[in-house]
Amino acid sequence: MTRSKDGELRDTALSDRELKRALAVTWSAPPGLWGALSTVDHKVIGRRYVATAFVFLALGGVLSMLMRLQLAQPEARFIGPDRYNQIFTMHGSNMMFLFAVPVMQAMAIYFVPLMVGTRNIAFPRLNAFSYWIYLAGGLLLWIAFVVDTGPDVGWFAYVPLSGPQYGAGKRADVWAQMITFTEVSALAIAVEIVVTVFKQRAPGMSLDRLPLFVWSMVVTSFLVIMAMPAIMIASTSLILDRLVGTHFFNPAEGGDALLWQHLFWFFGHPEVYIIFLPAVGMVSTIVATFTGRPVFGYLATVMALIATGILAFGLWVHHMFVAGLPRLGESFFTASSMAIAVPAGLQIFCWLATIWAGRPVFKTPFLFVIGFMVIFVIGGLTGVMVASVPFDTQVHDTYFVVAHFHYVLVGGAVFPLLGAIYYWFPKLTGRTMSEPFGRWVFGLIFVGFNLTFFPMHILGLQGMPRRIYTYQPEMPWSGLNMFISLSAIILAAGFLLFFIDAIRSARSGAVATANPWGASTLEWATASPPPPYNFARLPVVDSREPLWTEPAELRVAAGLGVDRRELLITSVAEAVPEARESSVGNSIWPLLAALATTVALVWSIFSPWAVVWGSIPVAVSLIGWFWPKGVPEDES
Amino acid sequence: MKREISHSNVAFAAAAIAIGITSAALGWLREPRELRLDPPVASGLDGLRLMPNGISGTPPESYFALGKPYETDAYNLSQGKRLYAWFGCPACHGDGRGGAGPSFLDGWWLYGPEIVSIVASIRDGRPHGMPPFRDRMTIEQIWQLAGYVQTIGAYTPKVAAPGRDDDKQTRPAENRGPAKILFDQGPVGVHPDQGPSP
Amino acid sequence: MKAARVVALGLGAIACGCSGNQSALHPYGAPAIHVEHLIVGIVALCTVVWVLVMATLGAALWRRRQKKVETEISQQWLTMTVTAALALTVILIAGMTIASFYTTRAIGLPAKAALTITLKAQQWWWQVTYAGSAAMPGFQTANEIHIPVGQDVQILLESADVIHSFWVPSLAGKQDLVPGRSNSLLLRAEKPGVYRGQCAEFCGLQHSHMAVLVIAEAPADYTRWAVSQSADAIMPAGPDAAAGRTAFLAKPCAACHTVRGTAATGTSGPDLTHVGSRQTIAAGLVETTRGSLAAWIADPQTLKPGNNMPMVPLTSFELQDISAYMESLK
Repeated sequence: MTRSKDGELRDTALSDRELKRALAVTWSAPPGLWGALSTVDHKVIGRRYVATAFVFLALGGVLSMLMRLQLAQPEARFIGPDRYNQIFTMHGSNMMFLFAVPVMQAMAIYFVPLMVGTRNIAFPRLNAFSYWIYLAGGLLLWIAFVVDTGPDVGWFAYVPLSGPQYGAGKRADVWAQMITFTEVSALAIAVEIVVTVFKQRAPGMSLDRLPLFVWSMVVTSFLVIMAMPAIMIASTSLILDRLVGTHFFNPAEGGDALLWQHLFWFFGHPEVYIIFLPAVGMVSTIVATFTGRPVFGYLATVMALIATGILAFGLWVHHMFVAGLPRLGESFFTASSMAIAVPAGLQIFCWLATIWAGRPVFKTPFLFVIGFMVIFVIGGLTGVMVASVPFDTQVHDTYFVVAHFHYVLVGGAVFPLLGAIYYWFPKLTGRTMSEPFGRWVFGLIFVGFNLTFFPMHILGLQGMPRRIYTYQPEMPWSGLNMFISLSAIILAAGFLLFFIDAIRSARSGAVATANPWGASTLEWATASPPPPYNFARLPVVDSREPLWTEPAELRVAAGLGVDRRELLITSVAEAVPEARESSVGNSIWPLLAALATTVALVWSIFSPWAVVWGSIPVAVSLIGWFWPKGVPEDES
Repeated sequence: MKREISHSNVAFAAAAIAIGITSAALGWLREPRELRLDPPVASGLDGLRLMPNGISGTPPESYFALGKPYETDAYNLSQGKRLYAWFGCPACHGDGRGGAGPSFLDGWWLYGPEIVSIVASIRDGRPHGMPPFRDRMTIEQIWQLAGYVQTIGAYTPKVAAPGRDDDKQTRPAENRGPAKILFDQGPVGVHPDQGPSP
Repeated sequence: MKAARVVALGLGAIACGCSGNQSALHPYGAPAIHVEHLIVGIVALCTVVWVLVMATLGAALWRRRQKKVETEISQQWLTMTVTAALALTVILIAGMTIASFYTTRAIGLPAKAALTITLKAQQWWWQVTYAGSAAMPGFQTANEIHIPVGQDVQILLESADVIHSFWVPSLAGKQDLVPGRSNSLLLRAEKPGVYRGQCAEFCGLQHSHMAVLVIAEAPADYTRWAVSQSADAIMPAGPDAAAGRTAFLAKPCAACHTVRGTAATGTSGPDLTHVGSRQTIAAGLVETTRGSLAAWIADPQTLKPGNNMPMVPLTSFELQDISAYMESLK
């Protein structure tokens, strides 16, 4: 062991064993409660995020089964309208804001640093803060629901129904403030991902060697950064209207009820792609691994991702085709909504070409990708249908649309996600999920999903509007509704089996090797699960598939310090090493800051003064967070 | 692995504590919505015991058993707000600042600020022009309306009160304690026919 | 086209076999017929596309591959195929956009409609106002719109509280009723009949029970109906109906409902002048019979929880009389 001239301990001076021991000391969190609350390890936080999001998925699933129970028969009295309205609002808000977006970002928190070959995410304390804020927002919503204050205005909370005059009580405020929590946490992650990808990539990983999943997360993060401000303005305006009597949405005082819809959907439509694009990245990853060849048309796929991201901001009005906007403007949005089928189609064609040219291995993750193709293409095509103004006037706000967005979101995002969980489970936990179980899970979910949601297209065309808590016996819908409710049991059984398999495998699954699937990306270059420092020596990359082109021994970068948490900063385009940068250590302050923020935000549901008095603890916690402590990590 | 399990146990414990505390905090703000009052309960609400002069008194026991819903429950207050418009109250009381009838916002209550007095005023009418609504509203509606009227003239803001209307703004919103704001102006709109000034 | 229709409607027809009075697939109005053609066309086209993609997927997954040495598929061939598929996508998308555009033009409002009706949605019923003319005073009704068959009818859409959406699928696509705005919609029934519609934008507790009937009838029948609706309510003949009238006026009923020609002039509930002539009560909730009227008046909050009609305490005799009176208001 020799120290360099400036007294630093560098990895060049250590043998592999010594290096690993030294790095473990530097990068680990202290054991016990304190360590759990103060850790800033992206893997621990990412795992927590994923687990929490899946808990919300399960809760949202329970709500959907309650709805199916109520709708199985006409004029059922199982759930009253007041509770039913809360249930469907909770289901939508929970699935969109507490499950779908966070789970995709959570996967990125865990895998993006590994895939770009760095030791921690950028801004690790912000990352910890983001998780606590997300958890607080989720608890706020669910506790409110438990005490009968759950939002009951639909997940897009149209004013004036959600406004001060017609949305009695604090229900709509809880919804709007939950949005604030999730948008803060989502924005934080988006910033971290962008910086991690642009400045912390392994040497040699130029932008054209970036794994497709990482590309999809970069585009997604930019979408989050650009879309979330719209919902922030909307939800804040709503709270102001409700709490202090502003008139943003009051037509009598110069406000406009449609302003809400514009603001909401300017966020709400990109939101769909915020959920879908990460799934695209997962599909590309899984397709490449299980066909044994790189995805066909790397450039085309990346361009399709970016084009989708840009177009996503140009089609929000297709949610408002029946609100009475000028027809010419609507026709423009028909064209732009249809146009997004082009990049989506391009991606599908590229995957098909990849499968055609490769040798498919039918393991569970790949089965989910096949399921994704079958279902998502239907969802995409029904998306083309609802993009047409006249078509939409008949199906808007009906079960046809319910079917459409479940085909897009479950087929387009949840199927790839489940595939990704099966695929990356070894890296997440060090153990493998069961293959026979996985086949059953896939079979049940695939069959259950289609039997549940396909008939909804027909119900919609037959005139069944969405968001009704019951329907009259003389309507011709009861047969199909009963069928759907029974099919939903199959779907639920599939998810139940998935959860059982996941919990069982995490405890006692087969122990996984570093690269069980023979995949090509860098996260498989380290142990499963990775040690706290991710890579003992940072890899150097000179191709798009580093583990396929140099399977024997990955070249590594040397010269990083081990006394403090050091990682490598590289240039934006070419990933040329620029500097050694320290990454911050563990801290309890993000948790305290999140608690202070939670108090301020929840309080501000009830009193505008919360913004004044609540900002004091927030300021204190932020000062504590950023207080210079003289430790090397904080100094440089 | 062992350490990780203890981590997750800790996380579960922390989550459980957080849930407990927040539930308790939100528990007292619970908003149960009673969409259908059982007929015997509704008729029980008619049993006010008023002082002989018709000012002040006690509500029926059942009102307390229900948890005083008409003063604290947001749903009932917002229903009361609808009824205020539907039953023509603005014709005399305007937006709450009075007109031919007294103002609710000036901090003066001719018959006292208790909800029983307000219920009695609406149900039985008062001298100098306040008609009885006994035969035009159900007793539940009268309670809802009384709760709302009490709210618009409150000194301290109610968390459950509705915010502004989707209409022209003519006075501070109900959730802001307008009587406190407007008290300085003294009684406004008192008509000589309305009886002795308090 | 015949085959396309089978493809598109096959499953629908199996599951349906229904009266078809609230279905986009059984159009009887000009706008809905245009849209149905578009629906059938696009669905058929999309079905073909889906089948092609799935066939390609199947072939890609299970095509025969050489065991040992795979002849490397030429990159160029793949590129050309993907490009061709993409070009085809663009063409199909452009075609559907143009078809959609022409249909939009076809379902637009004509310059001049034969009849204009004002529809005001409220939580949770529909107020229908027919403007008066020299020959006949205007009148109001609720939850039931009569239109002459074969004529362009413009519906002016307004809302009294929150956003609702007027949707009678067999006649036309939907249009929102937004407070602070006035939208309009073209209805044109090609065949006499009763077409059911329903609020399609979530509007609160009783969004599920906010139906509306559009009754298209021959112009002569329509005129007869309009004349009878514009008249004041009849004096009831029978003794119980007469007693019902008295009770109706003495009870809170009259504070919210109007019965033209009586002292009942309330406006917060539906106009009941000719309630007995309507097919349903409570916004399509139940058929109008003496029994259903009695059930509704006795306990509106059980039939339609959360609606704004209170449960008025009535004796059983009063209840009988009032429902008899309501039924007599033809």
